[in-house]
This record gives sequence, C-alpha cells and structure tokens, in this order.
Amino acid sequence: MILNMGPHHPSTHGVLRLILEIDGENIVRIMPDIGYLHTGIEKTCEAKFYQQVVPLTDRIDYLCPLTNNLCYVLAVEKLLGLEVPPKAQWMRVMLNELTRINSHLVWLGTHALDIGAMTVFLYCFREREDILRLFEMVSGQRMMTSYFRIGGLALEPPLGFFERVQDFATRFPSKVDEYENLLTGNPIWGMRTKGVARITAEDAVALGASGPTLRGSGVDFDLRRDMPYSGYENFKFKVPVSQGGDVFARYACRVAEMRESISMVQQALNGMPDGPIKAVAPKVILPDREMMKTQMEALIYHFKIITEGFAVPAGEVYQAVESPRGEMGYYIVSDGTAKPYRVHMRSACLANLQTLPTMCEGRLLADVVAAIGSIDIVLGEIDR
Amino acid sequence: MPLPPAITDLEQLKNHPAVAKITAWNPAAVEGAKFDRDEMSIYVERSSIRDVCDLLRQDADCPFNYLADITCVDWFPSEPRFEVIYHLLSISKKERVRLKVRLEGSSPALDSVTAVWPAANYFEREVFDLFGVRFAGHPYLRRLLMPEDWEGYPLRKDYPVEGYR
Repeated sequence: MILNMGPHHPSTHGVLRLILEIDGENIVRIMPDIGYLHTGIEKTCEAKFYQQVVPLTDRIDYLCPLTNNLCYVLAVEKLLGLEVPPKAQWMRVMLNELTRINSHLVWLGTHALDIGAMTVFLYCFREREDILRLFEMVSGQRMMTSYFRIGGLALEPPLGFFERVQDFATRFPSKVDEYENLLTGNPIWGMRTKGVARITAEDAVALGASGPTLRGSGVDFDLRRDMPYSGYENFKFKVPVSQGGDVFARYACRVAEMRESISMVQQALNGMPDGPIKAVAPKVILPDREMMKTQMEALIYHFKIITEGFAVPAGEVYQAVESPRGEMGYYIVSDGTAKPYRVHMRSACLANLQTLPTMCEGRLLADVVAAIGSIDIVLGEIDR
Repeated sequence: MPLPPAITDLEQLKNHPAVAKITAWNPAAVEGAKFDRDEMSIYVERSSIRDVCDLLRQDADCPFNYLADITCVDWFPSEPRFEVIYHLLSISKKERVRLKVRLEGSSPALDSVTAVWPAANYFEREVFDLFGVRFAGHPYLRRLLMPEDWEGYPLRKDYPVEGYR
C-alpha cells in the first residue's frame, strides 16, 4: 500500500511529504518529497548587495538564525580578507552557542512530543523563552536576529546583557538535569528510541550526514574543533560522540552538546575581551551614528555603502560552520562587483534527510516519526 | 589587509596531494588548478570526473571520503557556460578540496558520482532542477525543489528574477 505522510503532518516538522510504501505496519520503501517551502533565496541573493543578504540568511533556518548569519559573514570576510576584532569574535561564539541550545531545546521538546512525552515540551520552551529574550535584548528581535554584520556586530551589547546571560548560564545546567530525569532513564522513552532507526558510520559518511546525525553513529568530527573558525580554537570543549547509531544515540549526543555549549557560554563570559566590535574598514562597514553627524568623510562612506554597496574582490570561497544540525556551508562567488555572483547554501538538513530511507526501510511505521525527529530537520533550510 | 594573489600556475601546485594523485593517474585529467584564499580548486576534465572522485575517495594517505556539496555556477553568456563544483572533505585529515568541471552551454551533461557517494543523489538532483545540467547514470534524475511541470531552470542567469510571466 502507498501511504502519504504529510505534507501537513504534525510530526514532519514543517511541510515534508513522505511517500511510504508499506506492507502492513512495515516500511518497504520511503521517498521524501520536498520543495514545498522553496522560495528561491539563492536567486534573490544575486540581486542584493552583500550587506543586504544578511537578513535573508536568517530566514532559511528559523531555529538557528545566528549560525546562518555567522556562516555568511565569515564567507564574505574571507572574500574580503577582513580581520574581525576579538570582542566581536567572542560575542559571535557566545551567541552561536546560545543559538545551539535554543535549537536543541526546540528539537528536544518537539521530538519528545512526537513520541508521546508531552511534558518535556513545556520544560524546554520555558528555557527557550529565556534565550529568545536574550536575543531580543541584544539584537531587538526574538527570532530573525540579523545581529552579525560583515566585519563585526551590528550594535554594542546593551548594559546588563552579560549579567543576564550569566544568570541564564548559572541556571541552565540544572534544567538539563530536569530533561534528562524525564527521559533518559524512562523505560517508555528507551523502548521508543533504543535500537530504532539505526545507521552505521559508513552509511552516515557516504550519505553526507553531519552534526549529531553523524556523531551519533560514532564518527568523531566537529567543525568547531577540527576546522575552527571565528575564534573557536580559544575554547575548551568536548565533542560528544555516541556509538549506537540509533535514535537514542543522537538524543544523547544533543543533550551532551547542550551541556558543552553552556560551558562555552560561561567561558566566553569569563574571558570576554574589551575593544571594538567592528573591524577598521570604512569602505565596508557603516560608520557609527555619532561619527556620521560630525565627520564629512564618514557621511560620504555611509552614503556610498548604502547606495552602491562595496566591491568585493573577485574569487570564490566555501565557508562551513557547525550548525546545530551539522555542516552549514556557504559557497560564494564574487565577480568583483557589489552584488554576489552566486550564493549557494550547503544545507545540513538536505544531506541528513537522505539518511531517512536507510534508517527506516524494513522497520515499523511508528518508528518513522522517531527517526524524523532524531535527524532534526528544518524544512526552510532544506528547500531554501 | 591585502589578499595574497591567487596561484594559478599548475607547476607550482603540483605538489598538493590531490593534484599529485590525479596527475600520477592521468595527467590529462587535470585542466588547471587554483590556490586562492587558502582554498584549493582543481579543474577536472569532464569525462574523468567520476574516476577522479573515486580515486580521491580511496586515496590511502588523504581519503576524501566525504562529499560535502555539489553545486553549479552559470557564467552566461561566456563559454564554457557552466561550472559544476564538488566540495570534498577528508574527515580524517581535515582537508578540503574543490573540484570543478566546465561544461558547454548547449546541452550540459556529465557523469553522475552517485556510485561513488550516495550523498550525491539530492545534490545532483538540485543542480539538475535549478540549472538543467544532466547527470548520466543518476538513478532518479527528477526535479527536487521545483514542481514537476515547471518550465525553465531558475538559477540560470538568463532566467528573470521575477520568473517568466
């Protein structure tokens, strides 16, 4: 029998349609059908100035906007050969780790909800709200933050921001214990996740899986540690790896990642350097408002950047960052003008989705729900 | 900080492990190379892309066992019009390399690498969907993101931003 799951099924986390060929309760074949959220962002980018692309990058993955901002600005900075001051780098790392926790909280809540553990959802969204308030405080927006700029940050962090982050960082580890109390030892959770939707390390690598989907199968690879960017080499953290390759292994990986992330937030708070938040590059970075009102030159630069953008030397770069879901990469080609010739987003979810047939074929229909939750897909990022 | 100029001379780059490996196998397979902004790009001759990928994947010293991405750039109206771009990653050596294949605009086609990495399946479908590049030997070359009955290839440069009306 052929069964359609989605595109509007609550457990598919967006508009994903799965064409399932089933024999009784068993999956014979599974074919994902995607593209319902395709908006042509890559084409839109080609018609914008470099700085105008930043807000578009938020919108491809609404659970980790700052990770996408970071990946894009790092790629453009690499094209320009721009050095970013330490404070901006540390802020970027701190906010990225908060984003990772934010994304993992949404994942944990909805994943548990799919499998039938309703309570966890409320616990997770309680802490997520705290993080969104932090984002609102620093950038003015809860979700579509667009806080990073090419060459630095948009604004100085407001007064009292670090105290609030500190408050959150102190409280959060005990909250992770709460989630684990609800799930890790829970026999129902164990039965729904252990040994379910297994994938071997070889298959995961061959299918292009990345992030917790890859590390859950025992492949010890994390871009933050192995190919550090934006000052990650200054931080001490462990990369959680589980050997099981099943839903539970990926769950264990992500929960351990939340603990590592909050310790990195703490390290960033302790060692936050002083100094400017923007690089010195007047032709690329907008001047401060105060300078604009008092200096002719700053006003001219502001006018030129806004009206004509800035030329980026011809060339191409591929920049990858470890997003909560895996390897998020931006491939940008410049032809020497103020608009990118081509922007391509390497979506971690698109590659991770390819592992779904390997995980589910030959297993029960109910396990598909657990498997989709465990690869943590965001359809906005898949379809772009 | 001024950028160091790109190195495009194949002679200077022949010691790069991936370049050395391919030239040792078949010197005609490498059309050129570029080292720019700490990233290595190798231009590969069209008909040997699949063998080159297989070769690099099985390299004993530095196995590029992970296919990170496949994409395409349209250089309309110049010829060769399309560049199909492969980003390979070596998980054990933490190295990246970029392979590029140039294609003529009239009927762009090349071999599929799905037999080397199953991961290429969606990536190649996406390139086919948005650029109209055909991959010979792909198991299921259908549109991925656009509707089945869509006309034209949206990411080509001669496709208007607002679409055809």
